[in-house]
Amino acid sequence: MNFVGLFNYWIVMVLMMIGFYIVIAQGNLVKKLVGLTLFQTSVFIMYITMGKIEGATAPILVEGEALYSNPLPHVLILTAIVVGIATTALGLALVVRIKESYDSIEEDEINRKDQEC
Amino acid sequence: MLAHLPVLHVIIPMMAAPACLILRRRDLVWFVALAATLMSFAVSIGLLLQVLESGPISYEFGGWEAPWGIEYRIDLLNAPLLLLVSGISAVALFAARKSIEAEIPKDRHALFYIAWLLCMAGLLGILATGDAFNVFVFLEISSLSAYTLIALGKNRKALWASYQYLIAGTIGATFILIGIGLMYMMTGTLNMADLSERLPEVSSSRTVFTAFAFFIVGVCLKLALFPLHVWLPNAYAYAPSVVTAFLAATATKVAVYILIRFKYGIFGFDFAFSSLPLQSIFLTLGLAGIFVASIAAIFQDNLKKLLAYSSVAQIGYLIVGLGLANETGLMATLLHMLNHGLMKGALFLALAAIVYRLGEAKLSEMHGLASRMPWTMAAFLIGGLSLIGVPLTVGFVSKWYLVTAALEHDWWPVAGLILLGSVVSVIYVWKVVEVVYFKAANERTAEVREAPLSILAPTWVLVAANLYFGINTELTVGITRMAAVSIFGGL
Repeated sequence: MNFVGLFNYWIVMVLMMIGFYIVIAQGNLVKKLVGLTLFQTSVFIMYITMGKIEGATAPILVEGEALYSNPLPHVLILTAIVVGIATTALGLALVVRIKESYDSIEEDEINRKDQEC
Repeated sequence: MLAHLPVLHVIIPMMAAPACLILRRRDLVWFVALAATLMSFAVSIGLLLQVLESGPISYEFGGWEAPWGIEYRIDLLNAPLLLLVSGISAVALFAARKSIEAEIPKDRHALFYIAWLLCMAGLLGILATGDAFNVFVFLEISSLSAYTLIALGKNRKALWASYQYLIAGTIGATFILIGIGLMYMMTGTLNMADLSERLPEVSSSRTVFTAFAFFIVGVCLKLALFPLHVWLPNAYAYAPSVVTAFLAATATKVAVYILIRFKYGIFGFDFAFSSLPLQSIFLTLGLAGIFVASIAAIFQDNLKKLLAYSSVAQIGYLIVGLGLANETGLMATLLHMLNHGLMKGALFLALAAIVYRLGEAKLSEMHGLASRMPWTMAAFLIGGLSLIGVPLTVGFVSKWYLVTAALEHDWWPVAGLILLGSVVSVIYVWKVVEVVYFKAANERTAEVREAPLSILAPTWVLVAANLYFGINTELTVGITRMAAVSIFGGL
């Protein structure tokens, strides 16, 4: 396999797994959201990478240039970034409310308090 | 105007939501939300009639032709579901006005309706669109507003449930995004019809397998297939009652629709079933889900949680229908999607009426409630019978076709297990009936009065639909059979 040619995809996989692991393994709600954001961001990089063609230019009509990069994945991912921000914002807002009513943002402590009542 | 029908049912609620933000007045917002929902419902009826008359409708956004522009496509598969989503939403909104008085602080009512409108717009968008990326965007619109709606629950556990749903839902949606990205990578197109033509050419590549795997797992997280269902019971149990009625009846069905659309419409039957052991996976997980969730339901004291577990079990039936991989099986799944929407809608609305009077949904507090709230409990009883699959209710019709589909393969054990699953549901429905009908009222329930008409009437509309479509099966069976035939015919 051409490691250098696929460098971006390797990074995507590594970031994705780190993010996913944090979501599963961490008990702190804010850290979980950090992991989730990392997980989403890795997918953004994957989309951006696939639009790139080596030696190609931006898709602007120029005399003599024939090879263009594909701009569509970039546009798609702009939408996904907005979605990601909305998700993180909502998640953090929930964490604030959880902190107010449970007085904790640790998963095991919240579960314990739920079981008590 | 008529030419723009295929987008109007999405555009109307989406435009009504920011308008409501400006209006702010509680009753006014409720009225606008209801009006927008009813308009969507009317548009959905128009679309279904049009599809039945002249076949699939294709709508091009901004006049850009299909593979380049975004296409909306209404056919026999999604038209009845559009009707279900907008219909249930309209009925539940009728009940919402009274029901949320007891459950949500007054200053948040306007925001509640706005989130509701966005959630409905998202669900309708998923159904109508013919563009793979659009599915992801609408999925997130509906999910984000659903998290908000769930977090509005009275109990603080609602916050925790909403957070867990957010984590699970986002992972699911991101998996779907990866799947769509890999598909785009291999084919260079996002249009569903175009994808279905180009994917077979590259179907032997590992990237397409990976795309399929990510996509299926992501959707199964969204539709709460056992064992990816862990987020569902708490989210349904602690959300405001009408929200549960709306989401339980529509959200998971829409996720099942995505699964069917991509599995049959895009990857194609051969790829989905011959290259991967998906048939046995679906059958095993579906049947396991039916039993594990039904048995878990028996042990719940919180009636909302009991019904939520029963929802997971019903999703098991839907997936078994898909796993049977024949025309009748698909038809049974489609039929059960509509029917389960009707029965869960009725059950959860009846529960909303109980919560309105009682303040909670604990079964141990409901002794002899039937003598105090006869109409509500009668609605609950009929919904429960429908859930079991008693003849003359909708539940019987879809289970009948599911068993028929299993017998077409001569798979007697599967048919037996489906019937056994119904027996288990008898136990948890009976548990409720025993407490509310055969126990004497205690001092708590003795003061309770019948639920207000504004909650009772919508509940009975859905109960009536349960009975009507259980007796007169012509319409639902006819449409779903045509849809199943068209999907299998188009292979």
